[in-house]
Amino acid sequence: MSMLKPIPSLLLALAFAAPAALAEPPGLGKPIAETEIKAWDIGILPDGTGLPAGSGTAEQGAKIYAEKCVACHGEGGKGGISAALVGAPPIKSIDATKTVANFWGYSTTVFDYVRRAMPWMSPRTLTDDEVYALTAFILAQNKIIGDNDVMNAQTLPKVKMPNADNFIIKFPDKI
Amino acid sequence: MTIRKRRYAAPLEPVAGNGLLDRRALLGRGIMFAGAVSTGVGSSRTTAAADPLRDDPWSLETGAITPALQTPSRFEKDVVRILSNPNGEPRTSHARTPHHLLNGTITPNSLHFSINHSGIPDIDPDKHRLVIHGMVKQPLVFTVDSLARYPMVSRMAFVECAGNSAGMFSPQPLQASVQALHGLVSNAEWTGVPLSTLLEETGIDPKAIWMIAEGADSLALSRSLPVKKALDDAMVALYQNGERIMPGNGYPMRLVLPGWEGNMQVKFLRRLKLTDQPGMTYFETRTYSQILPNGKAYRFYFVNEVKSFITHPSFGQALKEPGYYEISGIAYSGSGRIAKVMVSADGGKSWAQAALQEPVQSKAFTRFRVPWRWDGQPAILQSRAWDEAGNVQPLRAQFVAERGEAAKVPSPLGFANQHYNSLTSWAIDSKGEIKHVYA
Ligand code: HEC
Repeated sequence: MSMLKPIPSLLLALAFAAPAALAEPPGLGKPIAETEIKAWDIGILPDGTGLPAGSGTAEQGAKIYAEKCVACHGEGGKGGISAALVGAPPIKSIDATKTVANFWGYSTTVFDYVRRAMPWMSPRTLTDDEVYALTAFILAQNKIIGDNDVMNAQTLPKVKMPNADNFIIKFPDKI
Repeated sequence: MTIRKRRYAAPLEPVAGNGLLDRRALLGRGIMFAGAVSTGVGSSRTTAAADPLRDDPWSLETGAITPALQTPSRFEKDVVRILSNPNGEPRTSHARTPHHLLNGTITPNSLHFSINHSGIPDIDPDKHRLVIHGMVKQPLVFTVDSLARYPMVSRMAFVECAGNSAGMFSPQPLQASVQALHGLVSNAEWTGVPLSTLLEETGIDPKAIWMIAEGADSLALSRSLPVKKALDDAMVALYQNGERIMPGNGYPMRLVLPGWEGNMQVKFLRRLKLTDQPGMTYFETRTYSQILPNGKAYRFYFVNEVKSFITHPSFGQALKEPGYYEISGIAYSGSGRIAKVMVSADGGKSWAQAALQEPVQSKAFTRFRVPWRWDGQPAILQSRAWDEAGNVQPLRAQFVAERGEAAKVPSPLGFANQHYNSLTSWAIDSKGEIKHVYA
């Protein structure tokens, strides 16, 4: 298992330098350009990195919601066979229900998750404008943004979530 | 069990309350079982007036055709996983390992636990790709075949869902099997390519601290892990106990992060993006963040801490008669090797040290065993493990004081909270029935 041991100088050695540890790396990975990864590169970082062009409002989102989401998440996002997207029951016990409004730390996570995973049966079929609109709808229904606020790459990362400051990193030394 | 008589063998006296015997009896160091050997106690020792032995039908005919892929005996049909979502409703599916029906340390692939948040994708390995990109010098794409040509390593590692043992947060002990309570952990030999090898080839921007791993499932499940862990002991695994990874465990490739939360060990792995910040993805900032009694929550609870539980005997396996039994169970720690396991038969009043099955491996299951003579009186069995880093399983009172208990009694398959690593207690009554208790 010696190969798996941390090599203290590895990070430095790897810093844009020639590979140091393996004398002759197999080199079987094929170079690929970031432009070729675009279709998979869907993640959004909390500072907004990765957010695409486009925008949407709660009003636009409500229409899409009624068409593509209500069957599982219920009228007005109040919950159905799947989780409620609207509502912030107070966290009074360690088994409290977590919701977007009472728990999620970052607004960008709403965009990221809806874009990659919803609607459940046909993920990654929404346009970027639709994802912005649905994100605006969910945030506005929860009174985290105003009803007329426009969500886009600039405004969304600035939305502070109500529970943002209530997290404790359990193992900071491992980061 | 045959114990070789040695000339100086001393009879084995209990070393702790309610009949726990010295573990050295299991290690063949010349200690005899008190009673059983020296005095021949027990009616089973006298000739039974049973039917004389004769050939059974299967011994008198040619057996079945040898199959290409073998499956267990039809008499083992109950050795299966418990399913939380057998009809594939739109929600997470869990399959739990039947620890009470297994022994040793390796979980057979067909019984390895599996959690799928949106079903198991049917991945064609020839079309599957792994991309490593972001803050690297040269983004690279790998096929399954190309990875299979890299220098590989094999290692034992347990994989445990952060939500394993969630039923233990119940304010009352759930009457449920070790499978229902602790079945979301399994142990296998994983074979694959050290992630550090692949990162050597891409090069790493020194400002990259995180890596966002993503699967090829319909949710494109994603989790952030520190580059530190990637360069330590992370692996892109292709094989599970010698064969290609099971579909439910991540076919054709998955991350293995020894000792860390199962959900982070992304299955169906297709993408690793190096970044200067974590993604704060759904599964890390919501699902796998744990609410604390003061209303705050833990984030990035990477490590599955030292833990053990008794599998034999356990809930649902009544003891038929007083006499000799072996207490055995599983211990593991995400921080290294198991150093010691203590077992009690009197609810924690007295403890006997368990024998640890060699080899004791880091971040992998260790089987522990203690010989026991049950006298037919009520007993409470518990185990408590220590790891080589000096961590010890907290006692329940201590654990609950820090992490709390659920407000409502949850279903045994529910998830009141996560990262339970305190003790499990099995109470045996004078009839030999076993209940789950808090002690
Ligand atoms: C076929 C049912 C289904 C449909 C349709 C659906 N979802 Fe979901 N959604 C789920 C399931 C299942 C989950 C996972 C959580 C759960 O089990 O309830 C989920 C989770 C979510 C979450 C996270 C909720 C939380 O707090 O954990 C969001 C946000 C979400 N969906 C948004 C949407 C949006 C927006 C749409 C419409 C574009 C949509 N969903 C359509 C089934 C569905």
